[in-house]
Amino acid sequence: MTSGASISGPAASGPASGGAAVSGELYGLGPIEQVPPGEGRSFGVNNQQIAVFRLRDGSLRAVSAVCPHRGGPIADGTIDQTEVLCPLHQHAFALDTGCSTTGAPPLQTYPVFVDADQNIMLQLE
Amino acid sequence: MTAMASRTARSASKDSRRRLVVIGNGMAGARAVEEILARGGGAQHRITMFGDEPYGNYNRIMLSHVLSGDEDAGDIFLNSLAWYQENNITLHAGIRVERIDRFAKLVFSDDGRATPYDVLIIATGSRSFMPAVDGLYTAGGLLRPGIFAFRTIDDTQNMVAYAQQDHHHRAVVIGGGLLGLEAARGLQSHGIDVEVVHSGGHLLNTQMGPDGGAVLRRSVEALGIKVHTNSRTTAILGTDKVQGVQLRDKPDIACDMVVVAAGIRPNVDVAVTSGLPVERAIVVDDQMRVPDEDEIYAVGECVQHRGEVYGLVVPVWEQAAVLADHVTGADPSSAYLGSRTATKLKVAGVDVASMGLQAPERDTDEHVVFSEPSRGVFKSIVIRDSKIVGATLLGDSRKVAYLTQAFDRGLPLPEERVSLLFDIGGPGEEAAVAELDADAQICNCNGVSKKAIVETVKGGCNTVAGVMDATRAGKGCGSCKLLVRQVVEWAADGSVAEDPTSAYYVPGVPLEKAALMKAIRQQGLRSVSAVFAALAPGGAEDAKSKMGLASLLKMMWADRYIDERDARFINDRVHANIQRDGTFSVVPQMKGGVTTPDQLRRIAHVADKYSVPMVKLTGGQRIDLLGIRKEDLPKVWADLDMPSGYAYGKSFRTVKTCVGKDFCRYGTGDSTKLGIEIESRFQGIESPAKLKLAVSGCPRNCAESLVKDVGVVAVDGGRWEIYIGGAAGAHIRKGDLLATVDSPETVKLLTGRFMQYYRERANWLERTYSFVPRVGIDHLRSVIVDDSEGLGAQLDAAMQASVDNYVDPWTERGDPFTPGQFRTSLPLEVLPQVPVR
Ligand code: SRM
Ligand SMILES: Cc1cc2nc3c(=O)[nH]c(=O)nc-3n(C[C@H](O)[C@H](O)[C@H](O)COP(=O)(O)OP(=O)(O)OC[C@H]3O[C@@H](n4cnc5c(N)ncnc54)[C@H](O)[C@@H]3O)c2cc1C
Ligand code: SF4
Ligand code: FES
Repeated sequence: MTSGASISGPAASGPASGGAAVSGELYGLGPIEQVPPGEGRSFGVNNQQIAVFRLRDGSLRAVSAVCPHRGGPIADGTIDQTEVLCPLHQHAFALDTGCSTTGAPPLQTYPVFVDADQNIMLQLE
Repeated sequence: MTAMASRTARSASKDSRRRLVVIGNGMAGARAVEEILARGGGAQHRITMFGDEPYGNYNRIMLSHVLSGDEDAGDIFLNSLAWYQENNITLHAGIRVERIDRFAKLVFSDDGRATPYDVLIIATGSRSFMPAVDGLYTAGGLLRPGIFAFRTIDDTQNMVAYAQQDHHHRAVVIGGGLLGLEAARGLQSHGIDVEVVHSGGHLLNTQMGPDGGAVLRRSVEALGIKVHTNSRTTAILGTDKVQGVQLRDKPDIACDMVVVAAGIRPNVDVAVTSGLPVERAIVVDDQMRVPDEDEIYAVGECVQHRGEVYGLVVPVWEQAAVLADHVTGADPSSAYLGSRTATKLKVAGVDVASMGLQAPERDTDEHVVFSEPSRGVFKSIVIRDSKIVGATLLGDSRKVAYLTQAFDRGLPLPEERVSLLFDIGGPGEEAAVAELDADAQICNCNGVSKKAIVETVKGGCNTVAGVMDATRAGKGCGSCKLLVRQVVEWAADGSVAEDPTSAYYVPGVPLEKAALMKAIRQQGLRSVSAVFAALAPGGAEDAKSKMGLASLLKMMWADRYIDERDARFINDRVHANIQRDGTFSVVPQMKGGVTTPDQLRRIAHVADKYSVPMVKLTGGQRIDLLGIRKEDLPKVWADLDMPSGYAYGKSFRTVKTCVGKDFCRYGTGDSTKLGIEIESRFQGIESPAKLKLAVSGCPRNCAESLVKDVGVVAVDGGRWEIYIGGAAGAHIRKGDLLATVDSPETVKLLTGRFMQYYRERANWLERTYSFVPRVGIDHLRSVIVDDSEGLGAQLDAAMQASVDNYVDPWTERGDPFTPGQFRTSLPLEVLPQVPVR
């Protein structure tokens, strides 16, 4: 239904070489402004769908974008400093570990940070 | 293969724990492991489980609910994949074990793996029995399309998918036992006509005698399920697709699908191939060990113990506990002595309980019977030596708890036998709970005793929900929920607590609404983040509280509210209602349910242009465009060029109207005009919960005004009645008459005043149908109509400020409020798709 482009959107450039202290493949997802404070946006990265959240303290969290419960869009969820609520049936997931506090299977989590140029950098395995 | 085995063997030298392998990841296998872990077995064992089904462990009992659509397949899991990880259990899901080498102590599975064990548990359960009927299988040996077993999640989901295809209307269920009747009832909920073909002389013949069966048959036929007893199926008809079933000596029955529920057979292939003792099932002793095999245990429906093979979960739970006592060494004296199976079930919506004998066997046995077929009630009790040795109860399960206990423990019976059947002078419900033995099993699905519930309550958990979470009581088929509540209430001695946060306006800020509003006003807190910073413990944000706070602050500060978009629920961020596949529905405003050809043309154009999967008239008298992609929302609004109907918010929604006096021969007031005026005035106003209104032109009430949050009815003489607190959704309540007034202007004034009072006083998500009875109609009338507290002017002014502050949210189409506001959050392909109509 949706074209692949609109999800990968401004995001996925290829793996960036020579990432900072982190090991594994680094991907630049573009400027931090894409994600408003307190909200999340989805990105298609290397064929995976990832929801990136910008907490109100400015830090980022990245988790898999599809709710393991019934496929809800996690990036549309409501967050606080520690968890995200899926918009469909309100299962809650810890943003740091991906574990559900309401008994759903876990989300996958990914290391993510903002680089010196204010770009979102995401690390895949 | 060998490499794998030796690698595991090498690592064993570092980990000195015994290797425990479980074959079968169903209710028995997983329960046995839980019992082992509960006895500290995790420190002694490295656990590996094999399961033929590609899932974690689920509650097979609930498949009937999945079939009927009452429960989603995803919600019946008992042990999610995360549970296995947390407990360091290696789960090979979707892998079948083929053979055991008892001498090399290896288990061979169909992925080519050889897994060494020190201790082995076989828990392979049963499968559906397929009787010798022509035409069941394809040439390749698979069940033909359209023919189903009823045992697994996959069976159930395939059945549902097939039943939902438009051209499938009729089903035949082979088997009139528990599973057959459940399958029949479940298929009915998909609009399928069902006939049950049963070879026995009466329904449920393993649980009850012919008299009970005859009463049950009446109840089942009253549900619209046709029953054929004494009918043996000889063939399934049809070449490409199923066309019917052929019966011996009876006419054929036409159908599009067949469900075979003709009994179960234990899965013993692995045991047979591996040379273990198998009679009707795998033979075990009182320790649940396979004879002559010190380290091989078996449990569940695949075992035969003292000649008995069981087909229910209660024996499974009892066996699993004994097995775990021995595997862990927790209690070497523990022994399983067999289960007295008292079945308490809901079959096709009918309560059925049966235990022990179905009918008297000796001349000296007493038999107490009551039968009332027209109500579907049948009760029969067999008594020997003044003890209950059998009982069947149908359609009325009130005495079940007591009878089960009397049966289990051989309690002495009252002289007056009739009180066994009815509460005549016998112990009432209350006393019944108190009298139940500590060991009496309350939840038969999860095997929770009265003692376990009482201990949980004594341990400090005194909410019903909390006890259910902690013990899992009531979380199976749900038929014992009432009893669980009664036991909790009894154990807590009346002091069952409500959740402490339930008094707070939102869970994350420990203040009731009035105190919260006061603090917000005093400290000038105009944004949700400011409220958290100032009033939440440790200044912590709380996702669950954001939406309620956003609504409250908007109501309090109107145009001075600082709108942080992350505090909104997704619906309010994109001004549409999110749907199961992540698309949205769009309902344009159609005041009072009145539309124009021009609006209809625009809606039609949009429906075509964006390939809208469904266009539907709503129950709120407007038109819903369902399945709009998030990124299309702004374009859809632009093309519609109509304001939002607010069908997504906790806010003022609609005003339904009837045609009224301009057209209707009975109309006494212009309901359409007044409805439109009310909707124009209060459109989009946020409130603690939805507000749905209606205006009817006469007491015939064609706009259903008596069951609305605010409902207005024109009565003769140019007067208008105003009802408040009505509902006809999840709750039904006739509204209370607030006032009868002379003019439409007064209707609008009092409506606004009531709604403002409600906005300021009601708890978050408290609909008027709860609020009005809580506060009391007399109090409301005095405040709102008589202005007894002098609040009128203030309420009117506050409402006016909100009205003045209205902006159609769909104007954000040209100028998104946040970057990527309408960016899709998921490629829709991965989601369940809404069917296109
Ligand atoms: C579209 C509509 C059904 C329809 O096709 O007719 C509808 C659709 C939904 N209703 Fe409704 N309700 C619709 C009329 C009703 C009515 C009838 C009415 O408004 O006259 C009622 C009974 C009246 C009432 O509200 O008391 C009604 C009682 C509910 C309830 C039960 C509320 C309660 O407390 O009793 C819910 C659940 C809730 O609010 O938590 C609900 C919730 C929902 C939601 C929003 C569920 C959700 O959160 O996603 C449905 C959105 C479906 C979707 O995917 O868009 N809907 N719903 C109707 C929209 C009316 C409109 O034009 O705005
Ligand atoms: C629709 C339905 C409704 C029911 N309702 C009730 C009810 O209301 N009350 C009640 O008490 N009972 C009810 N039952 C019965 C109850 O579900 C069973 O008693 C219970 O599931 C038995 O548990 P088990 O572990 O022995 O077998 P199962 O739950 O069948 O588990 C066995 C597992 O082992 C797997 N397996 C088999 N062979 C192998 C192999 N070689 N290798 C790997 N894995 C293997 C199977 O795939 C299966 O997953 C119902 C059953 C069904 C089907
Ligand atoms: S009744 Fe309402 S909430 Fe339920 S499915 Fe229909 S639209 Fe959805
Ligand atoms: S889909 Fe996420 S909670 Fe149901």
